Amino acid sequence: MRITQGTFSFLPDLTDEEITKQIQYALDNGWPCSVEFTDDPHPRNTYWEMWGLPMFDLTDAAGVLAEVNECRKAKPEHYIRLNAYNANYGKQTVALSFIVQRPSEEPGFRVERQEWHDRAIRYTLHPYAADKPHGQRYQQNGQQ
Amino acid sequence: MADTDVNGSKKKKADRWSAGVIPYAEMGYWLPDYEPKDTDILAAFRVTPQPGVPPEEAGAAVAGESSTATWTVVWTDRLTNYDTYQAKCYKVEPVPNSDNQYIAYIAYHIDLFEEGSIANMTSSIIGNVFGFKALKALRLEDMRIPLHYVKTFQGPAHGIIMEREYLDKFGRPLLGATTKPKLGLSARNYGRVVYEALRGGLDFTKDDENINSQPFMRWRDRYLYTMEAVNRAAAATGEVKGHYLNVTAATMEDMYERAEFAKELGSVIIMIDLTIGYTAIQSMAKWARANGLILHLHRAGYATYARQKNHGVNFRVLAKWMRLAGVDHIHSGTVVGKLEGDPNAISGYYDTLRLGKLKANPVKGLFFDQDWGSMPGVMPVASGGIHAGQMHDLLHYLGEDVVLQFGGGTIGHPMGIAAGATANRVALEAMIKARNEGRDYRKEGDDILKAAAKKSRELDIALSTWGDITFNYESTDVPDVVETPTSV
Amino acid sequence: MTPPDRLPGSKIPATRVGFGMARPGSNAAGPQAPEEAEEKETLPPDARIDLAKERAETGIDDVFNALDSELVGLAPVKNRIREIAALLLVDRARAQFGLSTSRPNLHMCFTGSPGTGKTTVAMRMADLLYRLGYLRRGHLISVTRDDLVGQYVGHTAPKTKEVLKRAMGGVLFIDEAYYLYREDNERDYGQESIEILLQVMENQREDLVVILAGYKDRMDAFFVSNPGMGSRIAHHIDFPDYTLQELDDIGKLMIRAEGYKFSPDAEKTFREYLNRRMKQPRFANARSVRNAIERARLRHASRLMEADKPVGKEELTTLSSEDFLSSRVFANSDSARTSDDSLTE
Repeated sequence: MRITQGTFSFLPDLTDEEITKQIQYALDNGWPCSVEFTDDPHPRNTYWEMWGLPMFDLTDAAGVLAEVNECRKAKPEHYIRLNAYNANYGKQTVALSFIVQRPSEEPGFRVERQEWHDRAIRYTLHPYAADKPHGQRYQQNGQQ
Repeated sequence: MADTDVNGSKKKKADRWSAGVIPYAEMGYWLPDYEPKDTDILAAFRVTPQPGVPPEEAGAAVAGESSTATWTVVWTDRLTNYDTYQAKCYKVEPVPNSDNQYIAYIAYHIDLFEEGSIANMTSSIIGNVFGFKALKALRLEDMRIPLHYVKTFQGPAHGIIMEREYLDKFGRPLLGATTKPKLGLSARNYGRVVYEALRGGLDFTKDDENINSQPFMRWRDRYLYTMEAVNRAAAATGEVKGHYLNVTAATMEDMYERAEFAKELGSVIIMIDLTIGYTAIQSMAKWARANGLILHLHRAGYATYARQKNHGVNFRVLAKWMRLAGVDHIHSGTVVGKLEGDPNAISGYYDTLRLGKLKANPVKGLFFDQDWGSMPGVMPVASGGIHAGQMHDLLHYLGEDVVLQFGGGTIGHPMGIAAGATANRVALEAMIKARNEGRDYRKEGDDILKAAAKKSRELDIALSTWGDITFNYESTDVPDVVETPTSV
Repeated sequence: MTPPDRLPGSKIPATRVGFGMARPGSNAAGPQAPEEAEEKETLPPDARIDLAKERAETGIDDVFNALDSELVGLAPVKNRIREIAALLLVDRARAQFGLSTSRPNLHMCFTGSPGTGKTTVAMRMADLLYRLGYLRRGHLISVTRDDLVGQYVGHTAPKTKEVLKRAMGGVLFIDEAYYLYREDNERDYGQESIEILLQVMENQREDLVVILAGYKDRMDAFFVSNPGMGSRIAHHIDFPDYTLQELDDIGKLMIRAEGYKFSPDAEKTFREYLNRRMKQPRFANARSVRNAIERARLRHASRLMEADKPVGKEELTTLSSEDFLSSRVFANSDSARTSDDSLTE
């Protein structure tokens, strides 16, 4: 399966050149960018690991892309996303967030159903990857 | 000062209180010198007086009838500080390009209204006056709600920012669809439509306004099958998905029961219809904040009083009331779809719902400045006759904080519902990407969609099915001021 | 199967190496030609290029005009900048014929005394390179050792990288760059910063231009101890001290900009002031001129207040001889030498 979180998951994966244009759009709007990675893509997993702090006061996209590539190198089988943050009053939230790397295989989720009262069912989403301990998920050829 | 008549001549104080009937303007409801206070609630009415009634008298009559006045002089007024409680018509302006229409500006003292009650405010302002015989027609065009009064309302249960963080969806409009056909599907078949649309790429599906609990599908069955579909779709995509479960019912007790069950099943959102009334809406908004569910409002029935230009209540006023009342979503027009909507007027509605501070703007039909303080914004919903081929226009007119609902444009796709959903999502993401890249997406819209369709058969088929469908009818309700350099 | 499954494969190759954590021996992406040159098709061998037209289109003459109006004198510096601009214009033309593909090395070193216009010229240089298409943004980030070097282990690399990220697309101006290297302490954290800088100067030439600045003799010594740095600097530009006449012109330019003028005798006094100040310690060229005028304005204001009579436009705008004469510069030379710097102006 293909996880479709993020702003551009229904398009072919963005090239570095296309990612650069999105970063530049964010910087031109005054939005600092940050890079985050995870091996648990549960939709309620809000806090992916931060690849360094958000990058404030940048003018050009090259610095952000460099961090994306550093993160890819260090975490080749993780999900990596790029966030742009709008700190203006009345917003103070994420303005743009899209996936810039996926593991080579995405096993997806199982729906667990717990029968409950009067035909009602309680649902839980269980990421197959979470069966393995943190750090051993999405392992490919000994890489993590 | 309360005794200056329309022509500016002084009336003797005693005359004001002689028994009988005297013009409203002479009773102090017409005060051209009055300077509205920051705490006043202001209203702009479009007045069409009966022949022979001077516009100032008509404005004063509206002020009188929507505040303290009755048809004759009552001595008991003198037991009150009536100067405070009388509404004051302080300005009357002829409407450009019309013979007998005027905009009357009226100021109301804040003490006239109960804190945090839409029912009370509307009972005053639109309670009696619309049937008043001296007026041929009357329309409430806009209101300025002072921040002091705004702060007495809860406001949106969550608001745009919290909704996005809750759904983990940023940087693009949200996508939805209303389950079709509107009526007659069994709960099991209904859930199928929901599952297909959500797994295909939509964020939300929706009950229609008249889907409540009918013989062909009772509410509880619908909730059960729908939530199975929502959870299956979330697993298939790794995204948060939602279905607006309509809790509209005959009594508050029924509505609370349905809402509680939606919560138990883990739904992220419920829905109500405007027909349940202002008090029920405020109750559900309180419930939604306390229980963490997003509250979607369908404006069922609004066009009965909002559409005609000379009589009723403009939607922008309703939009303000609903932001105060506390809904998170409200249907607000599409510009390009099958339902009524002038682009400038709709832009004014969207601004009213989403921005924190607004400046008066006659081109957009905004009569007053409006300060919302820190009250969250309401997510406007664009629904009705829109499809993927209009994505560039939709983005241009409606912006990013909006739910685009493609009912027919999803479910009617020749390859199936999921394919219809995918087509819409691909079109949307391609357009956002192009806009962010600095392209002139409005001009190049067709090319951007065609390029995206090369990599998406779903979009390709959608474009060839609906590509050139438009609904170009003239709007009945447009702002009086058109966009020319001399107008503002 | 859900439709998204049909989208192309998901693995994104890391095509570019960042400066952040490059491993030893990792080979960075090679230098690239500027984007414009890449996009244009190669011209046929018999084509002609109108260099004057190309030059007009870039708008670089605006930069030269700004330089001329902002900076008095500096003829050798301005000539060097014109030469560099001509070289880059010709490089662009050559690229259109497919003659040169590699991006020229543009890192520079500006040497000269304080107040000789190095920062101003660096800003103009950033603008110039932007207009010629060799920089994507054309902004200037000005830093010193404190901005680059940390206080403890592990502090320096993030600090330097942070500065580099901010400078991407523009010019990184490092004032008194030689402080990065401390001869007496080989474990100084400055060395770490220098190594990161070197890597980026070599591998990300298309992303930024580094300009090192400082006194000539100390910069020369710095390059001797850090030959890697010296070899990556393509253009050395020396900023000469201003002559008395140039300082005089600068002063007049400054007071005109502030809406003042000299009385006839003040003009002579000011020149004499400059003549004396130049020979005293810590003379900082244009910066000293600026300070002298600021102090004269203070004395002028006090003088008007003490006189306690109505003033007109004439009085308000005229600096007179006495506003300069009470400076320590005119006191006997011994006391001037030992006095606090701020009082010497």
